[in-house]
Amino acid sequence: MHKIITLTLLVLAGSFQAQAASDGARLYARNCAACHGENGGGGLGVPLSLPSFQATVSNDYLHQTIRLGRPGRVMPTSALPDTDIDAIVSHIRSWNKAPAPQFSTTPVKGNAEHGRALYAAQCAACHGAGGEGGKGTGVTFSRPRDLPIMAPALNNPGFLAAASDSMIKKTLMNGREGTPMVSFLKQGLKEKDIDDIVSFIRSLEKISRPRHAEVLETEQAVLTVDSPYDLKTTIENVKRAASSNNFLFIREQPLSHGLAPTGQEDPRQQIIYFCNFSMLNAALATDPRVGLFLPCRITVVEQNGKVKMMTVNPKRLSKIFNNAELNTLCDEMTKHYLTIMEEAAI
Amino acid sequence: MKRTMRFLITALLLGLASATSADQLLMIRSGLSFPEAMMALQNAITTRGYKVTHVQNVDIGLTKIGYKTDQYKVVFYGKAEEIAQLTAKHPDLIPYLPLNVAIFAERDNTILVTDRPSVLADFFPDPELKNVFMHWEKDLTEIVNEVQEAR
Repeated sequence: MHKIITLTLLVLAGSFQAQAASDGARLYARNCAACHGENGGGGLGVPLSLPSFQATVSNDYLHQTIRLGRPGRVMPTSALPDTDIDAIVSHIRSWNKAPAPQFSTTPVKGNAEHGRALYAAQCAACHGAGGEGGKGTGVTFSRPRDLPIMAPALNNPGFLAAASDSMIKKTLMNGREGTPMVSFLKQGLKEKDIDDIVSFIRSLEKISRPRHAEVLETEQAVLTVDSPYDLKTTIENVKRAASSNNFLFIREQPLSHGLAPTGQEDPRQQIIYFCNFSMLNAALATDPRVGLFLPCRITVVEQNGKVKMMTVNPKRLSKIFNNAELNTLCDEMTKHYLTIMEEAAI
Repeated sequence: MKRTMRFLITALLLGLASATSADQLLMIRSGLSFPEAMMALQNAITTRGYKVTHVQNVDIGLTKIGYKTDQYKVVFYGKAEEIAQLTAKHPDLIPYLPLNVAIFAERDNTILVTDRPSVLADFFPDPELKNVFMHWEKDLTEIVNEVQEAR
């Protein structure tokens, strides 16, 4: 009887494990694969399956990273239940046979001032002078790839909350094979020096929210300018203003184009599409996801005898990308839209 | 002291995480090649009663000017009746219509990205619109899931 119960429990345990593994794979595919690759090979996100990466991060670090994300650095926060996050972490671990490392939570003691000097000499070239990380949005996926991985932002509040001192120390000591991160022991530093660098990195917690973690705040989702002209004149004015602001007119079509039968579209809602290809290329190179709001467009609407121009507010939209590198571009684009619409209304 | 600092930062970040929507973009990777994924996307859109209104060839525009890019399109879609009614009553929605999905190649895979319609509820807090956004969110989730699962 005992044998039967034991056997049943073993079968059930195996079944639960299989279920958890399948949940992890499903959750990973849904939430992570777009950036990190179907099998963790990386892309916009870190190559999670890289053995040297897995050898230097704990499960707790992965869990916290999924939960907290990286403010302003694309990786979003997650509202998934802890069990789901654990299932994703298990799935990530399934790509490597090596056991997950565990790290002490005891702070590393070192001389942060000395660490600052060492950091400037050894780390700043890749990780930025203030720990702001490599420029660009990870490895942009619709663009040529120059590097297998971007240098992470060490001063990012999400990173600092997820990584323990011991974990950072191990990465510094061992490096990450297959990435530009080298072993600093092999570079001639002593363990004491590495402790000093860790202390410096930890001291970055004390600085105010770094610029790269900023998210633009603005209220309006829509930019609107009233036109004193009739619909037709306003449309021509928008085209002219777009052109004088270095945008190429692409096409004009009713909002209901393709929806209503030809000839029955509402002529009082006209979209004017235009593009500055240089700006478009820069935006896509910074973050390929922005294509979602392309091409640039202004809709001219006539309602109750009044004509107005409307468009999305890129500053408002920048928030949904969680990418501080887009902030400047979105800010510029908002100004362009307003300039074009104001010029068209003169 | 350091532990307290870490605790405070974690607590602050967790606070932020719950205050803001976790992931405001709907983004999936499909194992299909770009043309196959494009076809699967358009099928998934039309089988849910929407009409594809336009495909914007971002890649063609860029390469004509001399920039290098992989295949990159934006698919616009909507329902005539729904858009006509919504824009008549809520003209502020116009700049966000028709709905769209960006689709682009990454090596042998294809990535789909769109903003979650539920995000629009933050932009347009009118309670009357909430059901519309939820309905779009459900449809859109089904659409991208169908493309992701297509083999």
